[in-house]
Amino acid sequence: MDDIESQLDLEPLHDLLAEFIPRGRTALLPALQAAQAHYGYLPARVAAEIGNALGVPLAEVFGVIDFYSLLYSQPVGKTVVHVCNDPACSLAGSDSLFKVISQRAEKQAAQQGQSRITVELAPCLGLCELAPAALVNEIQIGHADPSRIYEAGYPQSVRPRNIVGGDIRLLTANCGKGRTTTLQEYESAGGYRALRRILGNNGMLPMSPQDVVQEIKNAGLIGRGGAAFPTGLKWEGAATATDFPKYVVCNGDEAEPGTFKDRVMMEEDPHRVLEGLIIAGYAIGANHGYIFIRGEYPHAFEMMKRAIEEGHRAGLLGENILGSSFTFDVELRRGAGAYICGEETALFEAIEGKRGFPRSKPPYPTTYGLFGKPTVINNVETLANVPLILQMGSEAYRKIGTQKSPGPKLFCVSGDVRRPGLYEVPFGVPLRHLIEDLAGGIREGHQLQAMLIGGAAGTFAGPQHLDVSTSFEDLRAAGLAMGSGVITVFDETRDLRNVLIRLARFFAEESCGKCFPCQLGTQRQYEIIERLADGKPLPGDIERLNDVGWTMTDASLCGLGQTAASAVLSALKLFPELFTFGKE
Amino acid sequence: MDDNITLTINNQSVRVSAGTTILKAAQSLGISIPTICYHEHCTANALCRICVVEVTGSRTLVPSCKAIVSEGMVVNTESERVLRARKVILEMLKASIDLSEAPEIQAMITEYNADSQRFPEAVKRKSAVLDDNPMFLRDYNKCVLCWRCVQVCAEDAQYTYAINFAGRGFETQISTFYHVPLPESSCVFCGQCIGVCPTGALKPKREALLEDGFSLNDITALTRMDWRKKKTV
Repeated sequence: MDDIESQLDLEPLHDLLAEFIPRGRTALLPALQAAQAHYGYLPARVAAEIGNALGVPLAEVFGVIDFYSLLYSQPVGKTVVHVCNDPACSLAGSDSLFKVISQRAEKQAAQQGQSRITVELAPCLGLCELAPAALVNEIQIGHADPSRIYEAGYPQSVRPRNIVGGDIRLLTANCGKGRTTTLQEYESAGGYRALRRILGNNGMLPMSPQDVVQEIKNAGLIGRGGAAFPTGLKWEGAATATDFPKYVVCNGDEAEPGTFKDRVMMEEDPHRVLEGLIIAGYAIGANHGYIFIRGEYPHAFEMMKRAIEEGHRAGLLGENILGSSFTFDVELRRGAGAYICGEETALFEAIEGKRGFPRSKPPYPTTYGLFGKPTVINNVETLANVPLILQMGSEAYRKIGTQKSPGPKLFCVSGDVRRPGLYEVPFGVPLRHLIEDLAGGIREGHQLQAMLIGGAAGTFAGPQHLDVSTSFEDLRAAGLAMGSGVITVFDETRDLRNVLIRLARFFAEESCGKCFPCQLGTQRQYEIIERLADGKPLPGDIERLNDVGWTMTDASLCGLGQTAASAVLSALKLFPELFTFGKE
Repeated sequence: MDDNITLTINNQSVRVSAGTTILKAAQSLGISIPTICYHEHCTANALCRICVVEVTGSRTLVPSCKAIVSEGMVVNTESERVLRARKVILEMLKASIDLSEAPEIQAMITEYNADSQRFPEAVKRKSAVLDDNPMFLRDYNKCVLCWRCVQVCAEDAQYTYAINFAGRGFETQISTFYHVPLPESSCVFCGQCIGVCPTGALKPKREALLEDGFSLNDITALTRMDWRKKKTV
């Protein structure tokens, strides 16, 4: 043990731990996060104290710390700068931003012996419409440049405004104002009327949980997180499960590169998400809910926290909600830097205080979910649809969108368009409408080369796809993926090989390492793509890429591995010329 | 238990009891499915995916060590997709890890016509050989991450929890708390991990020394000296 460690004052840690001890292992991530906020990193002695206090074996405590990229087992600078490395930010110059900041940190280190700044490349920070993005400790920075980064934390640093638009404004009715909608504003715009209605608070007869599930089924609501599972069926599965207690979880671990819709919803209209979660709890018979928000979204976390506090004060949360017999409480959790935790079972593991390893399914969450109990886990946008459906009725809701993809849909459009932003449309508008009309088309003097649809786990599309309709069924028929509703646009000046490198590196870094095909395949895929992009492919690399890709797709344990080759395989099909130069 | 589930494996019909895995059902027909991470006495985690099979109606391949049979299930253990997945997984393993002391995996490489040189410029998962105690040698260059050692150290047998993981993804490695030497961890040197290691990554020190040409007498002298040194420190 070195000197610094032996001189650590553990007194403050004991005070911190008091609130976590009664909760046991599930409090591991919150306890580590609180300790790191105090000590700057997690020295072994601190980690050992936490493990002993919460009853977690020490080797497992270290396993958890080393799994999450925002937990540090070694000292880091007082300021930690994360520069976003995803395709949209790279188009906006994140590479040179990273270089400039790193050089300054190195210079400082050379002058003072140690740097107070640690600079790291980060996976997508979810600020794609405000690219390039950075995260400086707890401050999210859009349109980042070195001066904005150095000034972060000072009063003059201003959060850029989210850009929200679209043909309809049902989910985003209260978004785009540049600030968070308060409880009072949300209620005066019709908020919590759905909850009041089902609880019979406004003189009407209460709706039974079964009727609520039926209404969601009638609406044909489809999950918006990427897997496109019918929400009503999920709710029904958990509602009829016979084990207790049951849980509802809001998946706010949005990390699919190019996606920022859930961040905007949580930052600007948190009560809509909260109302959806409370209703989900009522529908399946859960009294406890969790909202898990990715660590890179500190502002969304603060806004959801404030909404929960407001909800408690107004009797919308807690015991006997609005005078009914329904009791429901919500716990907020922060992720610690792991894309895989967006996978539902990996997210459960994180809440349980473990490494974010996805579980082998079946059993499915509706019968064996969080803490092994029946659980409904829904994406933020999915839950935001719930109050809407109950307010307008499933019949009216179904009139929006297409027959097989009913309702409104949020699309995150970024990259080489004039007006990157979050756009709400009815399902089924053509891609062309989103890109040319809403996002203002390609930058002046340029043309569309490609779109990445569905994020890193999605597929590439070309100009020939512009008239494809954005419904689940039409995208699927065209061989494209809805994913989480991402469209990243590239004009003719962009080298798509560079985009492919970023995607391949992203998966190599975010693979959890549990199953062999993904753990090995993401690394092999990255190596081959790097060679191709360098113009130095080996004979047989195309076949290798196909074999590795299909093996991951077919044989991986979870959705991450099963989609880790999706973009690459689609590029092989769509843009074979990208891969046919050099030696081959 | 009653044999009450009927399914078809490679066009042969078989009746097994509910709750049986596809792996066991196939074995009852004399069909062998390769496995790496699976161990009779450990919880099946479906990690290596070598045991995947094609089940009609399933979008992806299914790990037979964990998947439970169902009525009318149609299974193919040797389909084209299955064979490609097994071959490529073996090729990627071979490119990453020292399999020189993993005869079972070597045999699979031959059986599935896997090309040992398939990924010529691949990065290997490198690690220093950990020689930090008189009992065991840990050479994670040979580790395929089957998790068996972690499992037997924890709930599958010993409840000692000396080892878990460091890193993630391709960089994952079995590790103690903050990489401390084994004697400083909660390890009780029970040897269960050595017993289940399929690749020679974990080895009794005596065995390693014998392989290095030391005689039994040499080894006794060596370990005694180690022991005395420890005492006097």
